Amino acid sequence: MTAAVHTTPVAPAFGGGPSAARQMGGEAALSGGLTAVLGAAGLAMGLSVIFGEPRQLRIGWLLPLVGVSFDLDPLGGLFIAVTGAVSIAVGIYAVGYAEREHWARFPLVTLPLFVAGMLLVPAAGSVTTFLLAWELMAATSLVLVLSEHRRAAVRSAGVFYAVMTQLGFVAILLALVVLSAAGSGDDFGAIAAHADGLTSHTRTTVFLLTLMGFGSKAGLLPLHAWLPRAHPEAPSPVSALMSAAMVNMGVYGIIRIDLQLLGPGPHWWGLTLMILGAVSAVFGVLQASVATDLKQLLAYSTTENMGLVTLALGAAALLSSSGAPTVAAIAMTAAILHLMSHAAFKTLGFLAAGSVLSATGLRDLDKLGGLARRMPATTVLFGIAALGASGLPLGAGFVSEWLLLQSLIHSPNDANTLLALAMPLSVGAVALTSGLGIAAMVKAFGVGFLARPRSAAAGAAREAPASMLAGMTLAAAACAVFAVAPVLLGPTLGQVLAVLPTLGGQASGPRLGTFLRLPGVPGSISPAVLAAALVIAVVLALGMARWGVRHRPSAVVAPLWACGADALGPRMQYTATSFAEPLQRVFDDVLRPDTDVEVTHFAESRYLVEKVTYRTRLEDPVEQRFYTPVVRVVTTWAQWVRRAHNGSIHLYLTYGALWMLIVLLVAR
Amino acid sequence: MSWIGKIGRVGRMVEPAHNAPETAISPPTGVIGSLQLRHVDAGSCNGCELEISGAFSPVYDAERFGARLVASPRHADALLATGVVTHNMHQPLLNTLHAVPEPRVVIAVGDCACNGGVFANGYGVLGSVSDVVPVDVEVPGCPPTPQQIINALRTVTGR
Repeated sequence: MTAAVHTTPVAPAFGGGPSAARQMGGEAALSGGLTAVLGAAGLAMGLSVIFGEPRQLRIGWLLPLVGVSFDLDPLGGLFIAVTGAVSIAVGIYAVGYAEREHWARFPLVTLPLFVAGMLLVPAAGSVTTFLLAWELMAATSLVLVLSEHRRAAVRSAGVFYAVMTQLGFVAILLALVVLSAAGSGDDFGAIAAHADGLTSHTRTTVFLLTLMGFGSKAGLLPLHAWLPRAHPEAPSPVSALMSAAMVNMGVYGIIRIDLQLLGPGPHWWGLTLMILGAVSAVFGVLQASVATDLKQLLAYSTTENMGLVTLALGAAALLSSSGAPTVAAIAMTAAILHLMSHAAFKTLGFLAAGSVLSATGLRDLDKLGGLARRMPATTVLFGIAALGASGLPLGAGFVSEWLLLQSLIHSPNDANTLLALAMPLSVGAVALTSGLGIAAMVKAFGVGFLARPRSAAAGAAREAPASMLAGMTLAAAACAVFAVAPVLLGPTLGQVLAVLPTLGGQASGPRLGTFLRLPGVPGSISPAVLAAALVIAVVLALGMARWGVRHRPSAVVAPLWACGADALGPRMQYTATSFAEPLQRVFDDVLRPDTDVEVTHFAESRYLVEKVTYRTRLEDPVEQRFYTPVVRVVTTWAQWVRRAHNGSIHLYLTYGALWMLIVLLVAR
Repeated sequence: MSWIGKIGRVGRMVEPAHNAPETAISPPTGVIGSLQLRHVDAGSCNGCELEISGAFSPVYDAERFGARLVASPRHADALLATGVVTHNMHQPLLNTLHAVPEPRVVIAVGDCACNGGVFANGYGVLGSVSDVVPVDVEVPGCPPTPQQIINALRTVTGR
């Protein structure tokens, strides 16, 4: 993370000049507009399915043998609506961004395709359609990650992403093939109808495989490694789409396949989800709090939030299988609400980070600063996103985290030992996550946007153009709804909860009114009243301060205190590295920083220091310990296999004939 | 439980408090028994620093008379300056003084701060503290004892 990342706008693919620029603007507007329109259609479709009748559509001729089948129910509708809403904001933003960053034609074409792929995944009604949409989503996102492929870091991230997303796809493919072979056919409805007949071995296999595939898409540990690489290197609207909408598809897969199709599983399923979620949340937030790259910080925060969602899902499954459907409904609501609010604040966060990147060419927090004066609108918008991500009251993530904690605290402690052990530990994990999350977001906002600019590029920043601000304002409005008026989401959540069999169907979720009330559990809260109280307090304090000014002596202007030196300089400020240093020290054993201090003395005297060089390098410890050996084994194996490939076509024909013979013998 | 025994064995070790000396100036904040001090070493040999830390130690305990060392001049009512003013520390001393909110008091501790002491007329020396900033209270001695420092502080705290 020491590596300073400079991005220079990629030169236009075709000749410069005003006419080319105008053409460029037209193309950007077309691509962004199409993305936004697709998003709006998705949002409308999702909402109509949530509040209307489930819809089914089968196009037999589109795909040979099986056809394409769509099956929309409120659960899929929710994910379509969330993806659509994210796409509207990103599409509007992309109009200005693509023009400013001179996007080539290829990413411009791929952006709407990516959104279409993501909208199709939750709509899929059969295994084939699901896999097709999933692969469309994976392939288009890979193309978009590689838009700035001239930089080596982007290519390396692209390889990482390609390998991991395809391995995940293989796991999902295997799982769904096993499932549809053991069930009866390709259709999700038919599989669900025959789910009771599955043997426990099949169920376990499918659960583990899908958990691996969907977990890697959701960025859960230990398959998260693509996320902090691909998200920072992708163009910011793409990062926003990937982080706010695409990772949700992993969660959708877990809910649809594991919790809905396979039905209520044994205790250990819920427990596995909880452990995975808790570990991902804590690890993600820890990495976020020591990250110095703004977009990498946001990417790790995605791992954290998906961890929290998975923890809530696991808690819901465990509580439900332990016979506490009321509390399970609260946990499920927390999971869905957190997924939605994360989509809102993470869209805003990545879009604002994109504005900063396009204005300064910098992602390194240690070189940013002073943007509050130069980019006031972007600063306020990023502040809203950071407040949401930190899970504080009046932030978008607060209500869902509060619900999650309530469900964990109020779990029945006499049900079984597992529950009595797992729930308090989870409360600890969530509390640690929230605390570190605040530190990470304070760092991102305080170091990145406040104080003085730490580099010339940050000092010369300009505010983002209107379309970028409009896209971000939409996302900020969504954040405000989650923060202050979750009452608006009550009906949607109610419809979705009703179709989730994990809850036994009859349990009613928490009532999201002006006051949030939890059925059968003491505890209520009102974000709207909190907000009103805050506004009244601020107005009162301002009024009192104004009134008090008359009775005080006039203010004296004094120079800023610079510890005795003459003037404050940007080098005297906290940097992201120094802000996170105490945390890095506390979590030394987990983070394993590679720190190096080098003191150079004057030649004349050992007592006088010429310069001190401090270098610290933070590598993802999971990646180092888990991935490096695997990659080494695979490389060795590949080297060995390579000997069989000597380039002779005759030899290859022999291989083919031999394999054919073996297959014929085996399948005889 | 050895530490409880230790408390008993050591007993009371703080120096007895004498009667308050006559007040030299009224406390800058107008509150008796509250004086927040920022210390500046303008070029001292660190003898005075040793005695100041002694004055604020548990044995002499200047805090019971209301004097307190603070970390920032923004929190201070008074400046505690030691040593001759060297060329290098001239501007920082002025900066620190201007960072202390008014009304403020300047206390010069030690012979060097009062009149240059043994370092007067040295090549790196600009002069005594009073040559650079207006001094309200002077504590002579090379170095002054903690008791002397405390007596001087008590003339300002009024306790």
